[in-house]
Amino acid sequence: MARRRERKGIPEINSGSMADIAFLLLIFFLVTTTMDQETGLPRELPRKMDEETKPPPVKERNVLLVYVNRNNDLLVNNEYGDISTLKQRVKEFIPNKTNKDNLPEKDAPESFGEEPNDFVFQKSKGIVALQNDRLTSYSMYIQVQDVLTQAFNEMRNELALAKYGQSFAELEALSNKASTEDLQEEAETKVRAIQKAIPMAISEAEPVKY
Amino acid sequence: MSRFRKGGKKGGPGINTASLPDIVFMLLFFFMVATRMREVTLKVKITKPEATQAVKIAAEDRNKIINVYVGKPTKPSVHGTAVRLQLNDAIADIRDVGPFALEEIGKLPEMDQKRAFVSIKADEDISTGIITDIKEELREVDALKIQYGTRKTAVLD
Repeated sequence: MARRRERKGIPEINSGSMADIAFLLLIFFLVTTTMDQETGLPRELPRKMDEETKPPPVKERNVLLVYVNRNNDLLVNNEYGDISTLKQRVKEFIPNKTNKDNLPEKDAPESFGEEPNDFVFQKSKGIVALQNDRLTSYSMYIQVQDVLTQAFNEMRNELALAKYGQSFAELEALSNKASTEDLQEEAETKVRAIQKAIPMAISEAEPVKY
Repeated sequence: MSRFRKGGKKGGPGINTASLPDIVFMLLFFFMVATRMREVTLKVKITKPEATQAVKIAAEDRNKIINVYVGKPTKPSVHGTAVRLQLNDAIADIRDVGPFALEEIGKLPEMDQKRAFVSIKADEDISTGIITDIKEELREVDALKIQYGTRKTAVLD
């Protein structure tokens, strides 16, 4: 073999510059791409109202007003609040487990989900209204949003654990990817039932002019 | 002199660089798989705030994102020092947000238009006033699905 090649004189391709080419490509990709993950807190804005139409009346007991002022202080239902206790406050407010008069009303017990995975639950009418000043810092605003989301997610987790024996987060993961299609579909209906029973009732209140 | 030269020539054998291309190609493939293209060149400085409950956008929903970037310009000599917002590749005005969102939604295939959402990617050091204005503009054009772009963390400090 070797002798034949020697005789025929086929030259080998010089691969010495291969590394240079690869480096060049590598650096191009390093510069033009990003590893940034698209993560965020999804929200739904309230629909724009006409000047004439009045917003639907909401009873005072059903609203937990969270106001963040320009010094990043919290006012929860007209009392000084704190970010560390806000989550607990929301988790007590929304379910109104002891049926207090000053906490939100609840719907009549109704059935959520589909057979055979349905359960009876009293949906709360409570909503959290978040209001902020123009000079509130954005990081504080997001922090409050985050805590509120956390409160709702924990309530959903607890409900899912009680009704299905699985946490809401587990169900959500299953609904995205399960071993079989049936399992995935089942998880999806469960997720929808829980979402319906405890909606993410965070209202981005109309901005207040001061 | 000659003694020195002799010593230099005698130095050990060169490192074999034959596998260097393989190593570099491996790195290259890793980056090609793990990253994705930058869509725009940012003209504003953005450090997204952190949130524990942030939700990751699925890969198939990425094309439905309409990005609005908010932050201080990286080139103060050109765009000033006040907080500005960037749409696509240009610094824009708050008034432009509504038309921009509508236009971008219109570009999507019809089946995706209902699920399109505006991602507000803002710097954590700004105040919420400009965010409120953006939200008002979006409500004006009925683009109600939004998302606050955040970084995901396990615990907040």
